[in-house]
Amino acid sequence: MERPLTKNMRPGEEPLDVRGYERAGGYQAVRKALATMAPLEVQQLVKDSNLRGRGGAGFPTGVKWSVVPMGEDAPRPRYLVANADEMEPGTFKDRLLMEGDPHQLVEGMIVAAYAIQAEVAYIFLRGEYVLAAERLARAIAEAYDAGYLGRNILGHGYSLDLYLHASAGRYICGEESALLNSLEGRRAIPRARPPFPQVSGLWGKPTIVNNVETLCNVPHIVNNGAGWYKSLSLSPDGGTKIYGVSGKVKRPGSWELPMGTTIREILEEHAGGMREGLQFRGVQPGGASTDFLTEQHLDVKMDYGSVQAVGSRMGTGTMIVLDDRSCPVGMVLNLEQFFAQESCGWCTPCREGLPWVANLLGAIEGGQGEPEDLDELAEQCVRLGPGNTFCALAPGAVEPLQSALKYFREDFERHIKEKRCPWR
Amino acid sequence: MPHHSLVKVRSLEHVIYVENRLSPGKVNLRTQDRQRQLTRPTGADRTMLTEEERREIEAEAAHYLRPQAAAVDAMKILQRHRGWMSDEALRDLGGLLQMTRAELDSVATFYNLVFRKPVGKHVILICNSVSCWVMGYPGLREHLSLRLGIDLGQTTADGRYTLLPIVCLGDCDHAPAMMVDDQLYGDLTPEKIDAILEEYR
Repeated sequence: MERPLTKNMRPGEEPLDVRGYERAGGYQAVRKALATMAPLEVQQLVKDSNLRGRGGAGFPTGVKWSVVPMGEDAPRPRYLVANADEMEPGTFKDRLLMEGDPHQLVEGMIVAAYAIQAEVAYIFLRGEYVLAAERLARAIAEAYDAGYLGRNILGHGYSLDLYLHASAGRYICGEESALLNSLEGRRAIPRARPPFPQVSGLWGKPTIVNNVETLCNVPHIVNNGAGWYKSLSLSPDGGTKIYGVSGKVKRPGSWELPMGTTIREILEEHAGGMREGLQFRGVQPGGASTDFLTEQHLDVKMDYGSVQAVGSRMGTGTMIVLDDRSCPVGMVLNLEQFFAQESCGWCTPCREGLPWVANLLGAIEGGQGEPEDLDELAEQCVRLGPGNTFCALAPGAVEPLQSALKYFREDFERHIKEKRCPWR
Repeated sequence: MPHHSLVKVRSLEHVIYVENRLSPGKVNLRTQDRQRQLTRPTGADRTMLTEEERREIEAEAAHYLRPQAAAVDAMKILQRHRGWMSDEALRDLGGLLQMTRAELDSVATFYNLVFRKPVGKHVILICNSVSCWVMGYPGLREHLSLRLGIDLGQTTADGRYTLLPIVCLGDCDHAPAMMVDDQLYGDLTPEKIDAILEEYR
């Protein structure tokens, strides 16, 4: 099985430096793209590969790029931003990629920037990723020294500057338009769309924001072609995926596997199944903002379409497992406290609704819930759902709540009836 | 149902009350400063940055189209030198970044890692997000609080430690996790926490 994204990684060892990375075949995609491909050809290739955004939304990457105005009279400068603000609870895949093979991200960014003819690129990194920051800064400096960044890259007339921006922590920075406000030195509040960032982004100029894992795929697609990339996958979405599992399984961790590997295989073969004496109750397939799935969904393939078909989202592909000794109401309370705290406060439903939801859940968990609270929570799932808020934070926040009310309803009712948490 | 009456009050006090219940530590450092009205622009001539601070901030500002974009970088630089973002520190940045104090404060109060109150010599960030919750965060938080004699958002009397909650540190396969200053620690147990604290004595 091919593992292009993690092939250079050795657990516990320092990542490859620029020479080691070159010896492993690195920077060949930059050479190939700049010497033999027009920017629009790179865009078309990535479209053909069916690469979909790995940040959670799954938007086709090539299609996103194709919206950027190109040509002589198009606005300049253009920007590329790597979204490395990995703050979705339960998600730890981008840290692995940045710490394990920083040059892979740098190379992916150079090729992506070339494809949209960007002059400047930024890595927007969350502030807590200190080790990733050190390794990326070193990789960027090495890439400049080796001539892969800066003026007239490898003599092909294309120039690109790449800067690392370490943020100061706030979940909403992962939302691409909020990220751009943050990068401009403002509060990270989402922007109204349209205009979309591809047309009017950073400082009003065309900007592409791509997730770290998305960009890391790009060099391999350029080197090996769209057909090869699609052949790695067990589903219509191209490539491999970094899947992860946390919670009370035998071997929590992350693994690069073919896109479309089943939830069961990931949980049982790779994560080793549940710890002794514990039963599986449910799983959030792709981070805190995804609907719970249960036993009946274990044979679902982890790809965008398959997970969506059973009422959840693949999200970041990093799963959080709920076991039978952990309280589902307590878990949902923890999730909603997170979302209430991390709401940027800009739009009313999110700012006011999420604390209300968290307080209702706190009351239920604390033994002070009333039967009608469950109707109220269900109502809030609609009011905070898609179409009522400025960005996807609140709709994402109610995904675990609405699915918990569906799959773990008897647990909520027991809390209310017994006026206490049965797990305490 | 006392919790229902909450939503009828729509005021700053309400927001602070709700956030205080959700996350006492964060409120101490962030929300209380929202009540300040700092609207006067700050003149460049009043800047009191040290040469070193200025040089470091200007190096970051050179990466962006406008100096304002370096606001977060600048605050992190000043925090490295001064420990936290005081009103004076905000004032000192205004001229260089071409921002009013109100603009700077709106940024300073938004981010988790910008401290608008003094913090201890070492800042402990304990992850309270979902994977760590499943793996035993509540017990560890209690252990840390007992051990240090402080609650979330507080600093020990000797000024050595500040204990703050933090959102998911991306170490979920080694949950529960925490950071002390720039160092990440995973697979925490009460015994391991005791051993880590020894290193920072």
